[in-house]
Amino acid sequence: MRASAFNRWFARAWLAFGYAFLYIPIVALVAYSFNDSPVANVWRGFTLRWYVALASDRELLAGLALSFKVALTTACASVVLGTLAAFALVRYPRFFGRTLFTGMVAAPLVMPEVIIGLSLLLMLVSLQRATEAAFGIGFPERGMMTIWLGHLLLGLAYATVVIRARLQTLNPQLEEAALDLGARPWQVFWLVTLPMIGQALLSAFLLTFTLSLDDVVLSAFLSGPGATTMPLVIFSRARLGLNPSVNAVATIIIAVVAIGVVVASFVIAANERRRVLDAAAAKRPSAAA
Amino acid sequence: MSRAGRGGRFAVIAVPYAWLLAFFLLPFLVIARISVSEMGATTVKDIVAWKDGTIAFSLKFGNYLLLAQDDLYLRTYGSSLLFAAVTTVLCLAIGYPFAYFMARSRRSLQPALLMLVMLPFWTSFLLRVYAWKALLTEQGLAANAIESVGLDRAMAAVGLIPGPGQLMNTPFSLILGMTYTYLPFMILPLYSTLAKMDLRLLEAAADLGASAWTAFWRVTVPLSRPGIIAGSMLVFIPCVGEYVIPELLGGPQTQMIGRTLWDEFFSNNDWPMACAVAVTMVLLVVVPLAVFSRYQAEASARST
Repeated sequence: MRASAFNRWFARAWLAFGYAFLYIPIVALVAYSFNDSPVANVWRGFTLRWYVALASDRELLAGLALSFKVALTTACASVVLGTLAAFALVRYPRFFGRTLFTGMVAAPLVMPEVIIGLSLLLMLVSLQRATEAAFGIGFPERGMMTIWLGHLLLGLAYATVVIRARLQTLNPQLEEAALDLGARPWQVFWLVTLPMIGQALLSAFLLTFTLSLDDVVLSAFLSGPGATTMPLVIFSRARLGLNPSVNAVATIIIAVVAIGVVVASFVIAANERRRVLDAAAAKRPSAAA
Repeated sequence: MSRAGRGGRFAVIAVPYAWLLAFFLLPFLVIARISVSEMGATTVKDIVAWKDGTIAFSLKFGNYLLLAQDDLYLRTYGSSLLFAAVTTVLCLAIGYPFAYFMARSRRSLQPALLMLVMLPFWTSFLLRVYAWKALLTEQGLAANAIESVGLDRAMAAVGLIPGPGQLMNTPFSLILGMTYTYLPFMILPLYSTLAKMDLRLLEAAADLGASAWTAFWRVTVPLSRPGIIAGSMLVFIPCVGEYVIPELLGGPQTQMIGRTLWDEFFSNNDWPMACAVAVTMVLLVVVPLAVFSRYQAEASARST
């Protein structure tokens, strides 16, 4: 069969082309970070000096610290609110204003970030002016908390999608069985539901963490004096042109994320295998009987 | 249901609901209001006034008039839509065969292939866009490759770049950057619909005498419609308002609306104008947004 061999090779070539397109820029970025030449496109031997320079780059390190704090708090809050929102959407098919709720949860997934950032900022500024007029102290001050609020909006949307997908596949009879056996609703949640959706919560946490760590637009609108996140530092340097320090930071971030994602997916895969085995083991006696 | 159950139901719904109302919906109302005011006017008193016992609204549509009359704004909206549409079509053209071949590859290979698509999505979007800057500047890797096969002359001929050898800060570099960034958003929904497809339908089509090509167009493509729509919306809508990519890879010929909003706000400090731009942008994406959420709702209804 000549045609099918051709098809197979065509498919492989297309996949290879696609993956090359996705990965060449990343590989190039990593390679450039070891280049001993301030002009990115001329190779002049291997060096680690951009990494050494990073250690004394105050601006970038301060940005990194702030970004981590924001990302951590965003991820925690997103998982909590996202779990609530996912429960509301999956368990309660009708309540007042459900359509509006569904729309609001999903909208930040696609809504241009400039709109989200601008509108949230101006609302917070109005609030700040109103409180200043009323109490003499403007609240909230622009800074870490306002950035966190913006990232949480995005994080809530993504966390809800991930957790909702898992909740939909749960078998409701397990929770009903626990209730029949006398467990209180909150016990059912902690002992039955939560262990079953744990993986989804972990994925949602990692996803919202990286989203927050990467965000430029929302942070630019919502940051205040002295609150500059790492992407903002990188962005302002990248705007001016090519910058070897950016390559070095990029390589570190890519390495950390790649390791994190690979480890997490191995953990998830191992858990999944164990779950399948447990389920099979639980079924066997009844099948024998 | 017990009383605790009802209380729980209320909390589960009310907490995220109230949060979204306060931090998502309310801000929109705020910018809608600011967009019809003039610079400096930022309290409710400025547009609502008591006059002889009736409420008088004084809305100022000056910002919108300016938007509608100024050629520059109209052209910017047009080019934003155009660039977003071109990017969506390119993502579909590259992503559909890609997702199709992924879904038809060996079962044991698929999780790894899927993870390889998702991995770039986990690494910083900003840095991946920045990487193209290095690749496309003079003597960059991609620039050299494109010039060595003479592709730059062809692109200059159709107007994608101003002249041979000038690849950065052109419509070409912008479209390339957006296609690159949003490709995984197209592939993932397409893959998930194509992987779920019942392959016996293709056998049935073949039994009924359809060629592989006919079966693909009359069975596979219609069945993957939800994936096509979800993917296209996930690419098109954020592209319309994209700011970072036009700023890093675009140039003077590629003015986009997200950048205009940014400049009105940060450079001109004209808040009401920035709000008017934002409100019109919302109107621009609200139709695709509604299509997107309807299909999302249908997809989740089908899976339950």
